Amino acid sequence: MRSSVSRLSLWLLLTPFLLWIVLLVLLPHLQMLRVSFLVRESWDTLAWGFEQYQNFFTESYYWRTFVRTGVMSLFTTFLTLIIAFPIAWYIARLARGRSKGILFLACLIPFWASELVRTYGWMILLRESGLFSSWLQALGWADGPVEMLYNDVAVIIGLVYNGLLFMVVPLVTTLDGMDENLVEAGYDLGGGHGTVLREIVVPWAMPGIVSGCIVVFMLTLGSYLTPVLMGGKDSAWFTEQIFTQFITRFNWEQGAALGVLLLILSSVIVWLGLKISGQSLRKVMG
Amino acid sequence: MIMPSRSTRNRAFLLSAALATASFSGTTLAEELRLITWGGYAPDDVVAQFEEETGIDVQVTLSNNEDMISKLRATGGAGFDLAQPSQDRVVGVQRQFNIYKPIDFSRVNTDQLQPSMVKATQESTELDGKFYGVPSVWGTSGLIVHSSVADIVSDYTDLCDSGVEGQVSYRLKRPTLIGFAFAMGMDPFAAYDNRDEYETIMTKVEDKLIDCKSNVKTYWTGGDQLLALLRTGEVKAAMAWDAGGWSLNAENPDIRFVAPESGALGWIDTFAIPRRSENEEAAYKWINFVMQPEIAARITNASGNFTASKGADEFVKADLRDAYRESFDDAAINNIKWYPPVPPGLETMEGQVLDRVQAAN
Repeated sequence: MRSSVSRLSLWLLLTPFLLWIVLLVLLPHLQMLRVSFLVRESWDTLAWGFEQYQNFFTESYYWRTFVRTGVMSLFTTFLTLIIAFPIAWYIARLARGRSKGILFLACLIPFWASELVRTYGWMILLRESGLFSSWLQALGWADGPVEMLYNDVAVIIGLVYNGLLFMVVPLVTTLDGMDENLVEAGYDLGGGHGTVLREIVVPWAMPGIVSGCIVVFMLTLGSYLTPVLMGGKDSAWFTEQIFTQFITRFNWEQGAALGVLLLILSSVIVWLGLKISGQSLRKVMG
Repeated sequence: MIMPSRSTRNRAFLLSAALATASFSGTTLAEELRLITWGGYAPDDVVAQFEEETGIDVQVTLSNNEDMISKLRATGGAGFDLAQPSQDRVVGVQRQFNIYKPIDFSRVNTDQLQPSMVKATQESTELDGKFYGVPSVWGTSGLIVHSSVADIVSDYTDLCDSGVEGQVSYRLKRPTLIGFAFAMGMDPFAAYDNRDEYETIMTKVEDKLIDCKSNVKTYWTGGDQLLALLRTGEVKAAMAWDAGGWSLNAENPDIRFVAPESGALGWIDTFAIPRRSENEEAAYKWINFVMQPEIAARITNASGNFTASKGADEFVKADLRDAYRESFDDAAINNIKWYPPVPPGLETMEGQVLDRVQAAN
């Protein structure tokens, strides 16, 4: 009796979550999978087939953009980790009391504005008639206006900035829990800075590093606004191609196939990352 | 506790009944027109006057050709009561996705429209003997050029000249393909019905655009973005719409809209009624309302583009008329290349060309 009541309440508690997963995640993805295998024969007849997937492999620009997006996302994630680690270390270990809260808040505040606003902020700074360019000229370091926008570096700057918070938070959480004695013991036993970092700090922070990397990688891979606005003519990003297929070309079938491929790519890379770092999803996300 | 007296209860009942009828008739009275259109085609003051005169609530959604078609395709022609696609994008789309219903010209006040444009739009939006479009606003794409590079850039292909390296911009969309094809001495419109010939033309244009890529600062994606690039002087020459050029010209006389030597590309935006429009009556009312000369002139003043309304010109702002005349002499007007309807299938081919250009480096 008692167990059936608790089972019922468990199901009731789970209902919103299940509805969310089934209606908003599972069903759309299944529908997309179905559409991706439909081939438009003429304007009103459809047949089953793999044509869209063949297109992906025969048209070089699809898979070139695909590889480019994957590589640049990995690089962005790595860069974000390198930048976020010292920040997280400072917030978790060195800052005390109020300054800790303020520093944390400083990381959070930019995220009160939307991604679009943040991207435009960077565009104002980097563009030819922008702030950085005019500073360089005022300091005499540049003769004419310098264009810093519309290239891969600009895209990566924007993406790193967007991912930073999602790397800092899990790192701070794991580093916070580390015992000071462990680090001291490392030094007492004759370890240098590098050894202590490699043998003690990084292994301890590994769950935080991996979960931060997964989140940042997913955000970067699925990012649309930043590559399009800051990359300009060299923006080729896979999400942009999916958008183009759906909206500009009315080619839902191709767009769906590309969407499925992106899902597979991100799942495979995350799985590989977990394997290589020896972590399990349960440990990292729990 | 005091029981309400019988009379109060009766009164309460009457009141609620009255309220119910009032709210009932209220819902039928509050008519709605859901309009999907381009920026500037439904200025606030025009919408307000229409609402005041007819009591119909207008909900405006701003869009562009591709977005309009995508939205209507997703719902099978529902969600909007009136749309404004360009005339070359009506028939092919209608044949493929069946999202519009034919126009009942007996309900359109054609007396206030320019007959030649009505005829042209009817011809280009005809499918199985039925017409799907009423002309509304027309304009051209050409070049917006700063006077400092005016002697270099006089045609689309001049955007690839090394003298303007890193200072030009255009869109990665079909008008660019068409414009470049004309500037390279080919006639893409004549090849519309011949797939192979069209493909040859597009291959040449693709090579040209890939070659030209290093010259381009960025491919613009929205009107405001382009205007900002030109206003700051970061871009000195761009392929763009006439109205954008004229509005920049009003701010800075050095920037002008130029009709290219190979001809400006002319488009006509239409009124088309989505297949599952819920308020056709209001849609026709809107068409007849905004095509009155004074109202149409206000749309011209807001968007910078001229309309199909007869006699609207005399109500248009003088400086806009001057800018128009400066850009188009008679020869330039006769040289405008009007977009014929796009046959289905061509856009897929063009799409692949554009994708390859975007991915090239």
